[in-house]
Amino acid sequence: MIVKTLVKKNAYYDSVTLMIITNDIKKLDGVEEVLVGMGTEHNISLAKDLGLFTKELEDVTANDLIISMKVKDEGVFSEAVSKVEELLSAKQEEEESEEVKPQSIDSAMDANPDANLVLISVPGQFAAREARKALMGDRHVHLFSDNVTIEEELELKKLAHERGLLVMGPDCGTAIINGVALAFANVVTKGPIGIVAASGTGAQETSTIIAKNGSGITQLIGTGGRDLKESIGGIMMIDGIKALAEDPDTKVILLVSKPPAESVARKVLEVAKDTGKPVVVHFIGGTAELVSEYGLVFSESLEDAALKAVALSKGEAPKDAPEFSIPEEKVKEIVEKETKGMKPEQKYIRGLYSGGTLCDEAMLFMTREFGGVYSNAPLSPEFKLEDSLKSKEHTVIDLGEDEFTVGRPHPMIDSTLRSERIIAEAKDPEVAVILLDVVLGYGSNPDPAGSLLDAIKKAKKEADADGRYLSIVASVCGTEEDPQPLSEQVAKLESAGVVVMPSNIQAVRMAMKIAKRG
Amino acid sequence: MITISKINETLFGKKLKVINLGLESFAEDLKRQGVKVVEVDWKPPAKGKKELLDLLDKLEAIK
Repeated sequence: MIVKTLVKKNAYYDSVTLMIITNDIKKLDGVEEVLVGMGTEHNISLAKDLGLFTKELEDVTANDLIISMKVKDEGVFSEAVSKVEELLSAKQEEEESEEVKPQSIDSAMDANPDANLVLISVPGQFAAREARKALMGDRHVHLFSDNVTIEEELELKKLAHERGLLVMGPDCGTAIINGVALAFANVVTKGPIGIVAASGTGAQETSTIIAKNGSGITQLIGTGGRDLKESIGGIMMIDGIKALAEDPDTKVILLVSKPPAESVARKVLEVAKDTGKPVVVHFIGGTAELVSEYGLVFSESLEDAALKAVALSKGEAPKDAPEFSIPEEKVKEIVEKETKGMKPEQKYIRGLYSGGTLCDEAMLFMTREFGGVYSNAPLSPEFKLEDSLKSKEHTVIDLGEDEFTVGRPHPMIDSTLRSERIIAEAKDPEVAVILLDVVLGYGSNPDPAGSLLDAIKKAKKEADADGRYLSIVASVCGTEEDPQPLSEQVAKLESAGVVVMPSNIQAVRMAMKIAKRG
Repeated sequence: MITISKINETLFGKKLKVINLGLESFAEDLKRQGVKVVEVDWKPPAKGKKELLDLLDKLEAIK
């Protein structure tokens, strides 16, 4: 094996384009490791970690394209480089056929006074300055970029608040404004429910369940996961609630967040109470007392929150969602079928998640049942896995955590890592159930279920060859109107023997019933 | 004094028109939904060098 590098000076491409090319090159014969990326400090250190650092990388800038590989020989390298160039020139041709693009946010704003939102997904170290310009130009901001410091976040949110603007983010994956899905979001019908969420997949799960249950949303305002931390103080959630309070189309408000600091929670709940509109609150893992103190509606799970909002939007009294929305008999039948071929030592659940909040929800309910769940991102530190690649007893993994996404696309886009992990878990004779989330919508893989099928089939087959039945339970977060229609995605999973439940919480409950044999 | 209702007037009450900086796939998804998108041909400013970037920010602040 040899390590070779080619640097192309002043050739900028975005990270998703380059990750897709990296993945294509990885599949070539004779290529062991590859990095196609911009010459950022991050990529240089990644090259070092991957054993791809060569002297050509000593003097590159963030505007230089680097192509580094560990390959069998020179021939493979030049073949791989030609392939990279071919893919890049296809991209270039596509772009050249388009109209001339403005070179900066300032010129874009000058030429488009009617543009009202700036969507920013540039690398984190550059994101805050672009967001600041957008706010000074009087535009609302959706800041998808992560790696923005908390100091920058506070400064941007204070500036936005002073100017009466929204800053959704940083690290805001999901928003729906005026019926338009921004970044990772689903196609959800319009309706009377307004959502403010400090959680991307929490927002996707609740908005799609609302749509599947015959209601819809006005706006889905994302705030980024840190908004309700004490240092930010819920600035954007509070401004979001106030905006929805003034919006005549919004009849019911739904709030979703990880449990905030109590002082922030009280501020948010006070503002929510003052709206005079019915408000459903889902502070994941939070308790009912605080919410009830303000006369607002508490919810136990994401599904429960969505269903209570739907009930209120129809003028009905909200009631707790049932454990399962399918008949009890059907639940029993599934559990019997799934446990019949299992060996007594098959006891454990292995959750492999692409959505962070869905992963948290699984851990929370499994912890209540089993007393503790191991994870790479556990609810309490004593359950942190020593090695994130090796599961232990009941384990739930968040594959969207940074440790898995360095240099590769998010698991909602690229299922390679999750597929490998499904097969690895299937080899463990103590595993009863593999639990999955499949997230549809804009931003996600064009065929998320399809991209997991080979691994699912292989996992089931390998367990079978070992005389074990392996149960695989999933939920699909999406709608029929998504670019990947829900029913097609469900049918694909079911064709491979996957038990598909109507929500994440129901999939978690089903997995627990199977692991406990009823 | 600017109030919260500005969000309603300029965002919820108006047709969405987006300026996109960064991932092109987001702009493509918006176009598929029939939204007007202005794509900025974004490149790291000051070649991504921190010291130059700070200097650039100072210059812009003076401007």
